[in-house]
Amino acid sequence: MLSAEIAAPRPLPAPAARLRRLPQNAPVLAAATIIALLSLIPLGFILVVAISAGWDQVVKLVIRPRVGELLLNTVWLEAITLPITIVLAVALAWLTERTALPGARWWAALMVAPLAIPAFVQSYAWNSVLPQLHGLWGAVVIAVISYLPFVYLPVAAQLKRLDPALEDGAASLGKGPAEIFWRVVLPQLRLPICAGALLVGLHLLGEYGLFVLMRFDTFATAIVDQFQSVYNGPAANLLGGVLVLCCVVLFGIEAVARGDRRYARLGTGAARMPVQHELGAWMIAALALLAITATLSLGVTLATLLRWLWIGGASIWALRDIGAALAQTVGLSIGGAIITTVLAMPMAWLSVRGSSRFQRGLEAAHLYAGALPGIIIALALVSITVRVMLPLYQTAATLVFAYALMFLPRALTGLRSSMAQAPVELERAAMSLGRPPLVAVWRTTMRLAAPGIAASVALVALGISNELTGTLLLAPNGTRTLATKFWALTSELDYAAASPYALLLILLSLPLVVLLRRQADRALSA
Amino acid sequence: MRFRLPLLAGLLLASLAGPAFADDGIVVYNAQHEELTQEWADGFTKETGIKVTLRNGSDTELGNQILQEGAASPADVFLTENSPAMVLVDGAGLFEPLGKDITDLVAEGYRPVSGNWTGIAARSTVFAYNPDKISEDKLPKSIMDLADPSWQGRWAASPSGADFQAIIAAMLELKGEAATSAWLKAEKANSIAYRGNTAAMKGVDNGEVDGAIIYHYYYFGDKAKTGENSSHVQLHFFKGQDPGAFVSVSGGGVLKTSQHKADALAFLKWIVGPGGQKVLRDGTSYEYAIGNGAESNPALPPLASLEAPKVDPALLNSQKVTELMTDAGLL
Repeated sequence: MLSAEIAAPRPLPAPAARLRRLPQNAPVLAAATIIALLSLIPLGFILVVAISAGWDQVVKLVIRPRVGELLLNTVWLEAITLPITIVLAVALAWLTERTALPGARWWAALMVAPLAIPAFVQSYAWNSVLPQLHGLWGAVVIAVISYLPFVYLPVAAQLKRLDPALEDGAASLGKGPAEIFWRVVLPQLRLPICAGALLVGLHLLGEYGLFVLMRFDTFATAIVDQFQSVYNGPAANLLGGVLVLCCVVLFGIEAVARGDRRYARLGTGAARMPVQHELGAWMIAALALLAITATLSLGVTLATLLRWLWIGGASIWALRDIGAALAQTVGLSIGGAIITTVLAMPMAWLSVRGSSRFQRGLEAAHLYAGALPGIIIALALVSITVRVMLPLYQTAATLVFAYALMFLPRALTGLRSSMAQAPVELERAAMSLGRPPLVAVWRTTMRLAAPGIAASVALVALGISNELTGTLLLAPNGTRTLATKFWALTSELDYAAASPYALLLILLSLPLVVLLRRQADRALSA
Repeated sequence: MRFRLPLLAGLLLASLAGPAFADDGIVVYNAQHEELTQEWADGFTKETGIKVTLRNGSDTELGNQILQEGAASPADVFLTENSPAMVLVDGAGLFEPLGKDITDLVAEGYRPVSGNWTGIAARSTVFAYNPDKISEDKLPKSIMDLADPSWQGRWAASPSGADFQAIIAAMLELKGEAATSAWLKAEKANSIAYRGNTAAMKGVDNGEVDGAIIYHYYYFGDKAKTGENSSHVQLHFFKGQDPGAFVSVSGGGVLKTSQHKADALAFLKWIVGPGGQKVLRDGTSYEYAIGNGAESNPALPPLASLEAPKVDPALLNSQKVTELMTDAGLL
């Protein structure tokens, strides 16, 4: 979702070729179907719970004032955060990509850097600096600074790609710069804005740590509260059902906002390099905006972290615990990322090599779970393994499976965009030279797509290392990741002891963010 | 390239299986503060060489988890901060009856008559208040006073925590369902909800609220560390057998389904014996010791002076409390 895709029309295969493709597709199709069915487990679980609870119970637990409160909180949160994030992200992306700003590359890197800081670490830092900031406004501020890169990245990428010929055309018709921006540039940014905003909206629904520290109740915090009080009661599961409905609503809004216009370039030739506008008197204001954003999203957190590390001194570096948490986090992240990427491969290959209604259904099954908050997936897996599959209960396998469900969409979109670069003719050539189909795909498409696959593995690993709620619920005995250990200490308000974990989380995420940025740049220049 | 990646993946998968196995030693489902139990575990391992693996969570979460896991539960020992979760598990008949060698070590009143589990520590309910915002004569005489409309927006608690739910369970026992339900509805209107007792105490310290219902040891523990969350906080003990003077008993029990019963019983015996209770006296947890003849930390006011109401720890009902709190809109 982070790289805006422009679909090129696919060549229709000749009838004979279509028949020939079916048997070759079959094992991959079967694999993708099995994975899609597994992805539907959380959804199935919620439906089963709702049905088995009975209508009266559902009404009693869902139609009550508390749920109304939570819904109102959620609506306010989304309604305030999303517009602010979009406006800020578009402004910043415009400044760094399309103006003659000094040090634009550095500013761009700074705008992306907050991706390395998990939202709950941002919340922890701000809470220790400014405890008065809490409730809705606290939640909005932290949400904006944490999730800005999600909208900034696709918008910036798209701005780089825009064809200036359209803007030149508008200028030659007598439009001023402001009107050109509103009527030519902005509509072309519709897709990345929608994609980024959807991502932010979904993250807001599922985020737990951020809102707990800000004392702002949402569905996710209420679900964990219920879980901690009743463990696996119907109330928690039904709240999960309401949350899923909210996700569906968000999807609907995004689909309507996205529209179905064509955005790809018509005509031959290549686009010119976009023109870098001079800022003139606005330079100071622009630099001020960028500096303030960077300070608020990076400076405050890093300074607070360093301050706590300094205050804690040597005593907070309990190397045995930190080392164990680090090792487990790295192991789970990389192992989980590789498994997730492997699971996403059948669907990715299918989607770049052809399309059918059935396949689109499979894709939807793969993608929807990424929209579900991690806690729902964890709840579903806990209930199912404890009742039906006891040997898998509380094992690392279940935890990794949960990670796979949560991050399948990330892996899928990364794989798809990199596999699409490899032309299908190479596979066919390899097959015609006698290689079995799987080997042919492996040695041609996969090898060409390898850098993209590596980047997508890195992205998924980044997501897993920052994951909190699912790990809290599913981790086997004795498993402590950096995130859960950090959270346990922050809940005791032991800020100093929590800071080494936060530092390690950020250090772990940094190379992955650099990789992501480089990959995005390379994909554009290709 | 051909085989390196699958090999690497295979190795990583194998390494993932590592953390799942804690075959040697005992597994403790620990709802007590991690630091304290880790001290107990370390002391026990040092003395006996038996390895202890902790699974940390909250009282009711772990209690319900044990119920759901049933016979297949990997837990050997269950330690809690409050007794309702122990009653929950005991009600399902999942505890191994403890011998006299363990129950004799604990003072009467801090263990249930049935002898299926025992107390391991205790803590007292307090009203932590900010002396700059409220003077001593304006303090509530009883915890029930906090339902009065004059207290709107002036006090705080952590309703999602098992600690507070135990206090409500005691109130339910002492005052009955009608009064407790009414008090909870008033709490929804009057109080500010924090997550965690430390956060509530910090809110008092900041002056965001006049006072908060928490347990005593958060104050002493903070004072012993940096003291930054309690510099403007004083403690008010309700006394006079008020529900607000409730002393909650932290419980410990051995699961009937345990595969390492002897080791588990040895661990529990160590905790309630001189070794474990010494950790309470000398350590930084500041919880009360309940062993026969064991001394609590000298910084604490003596347990006998707190005039706690007599509540049988085996009668506290957490499920009813969750129901009432959900009805009041707190959960």
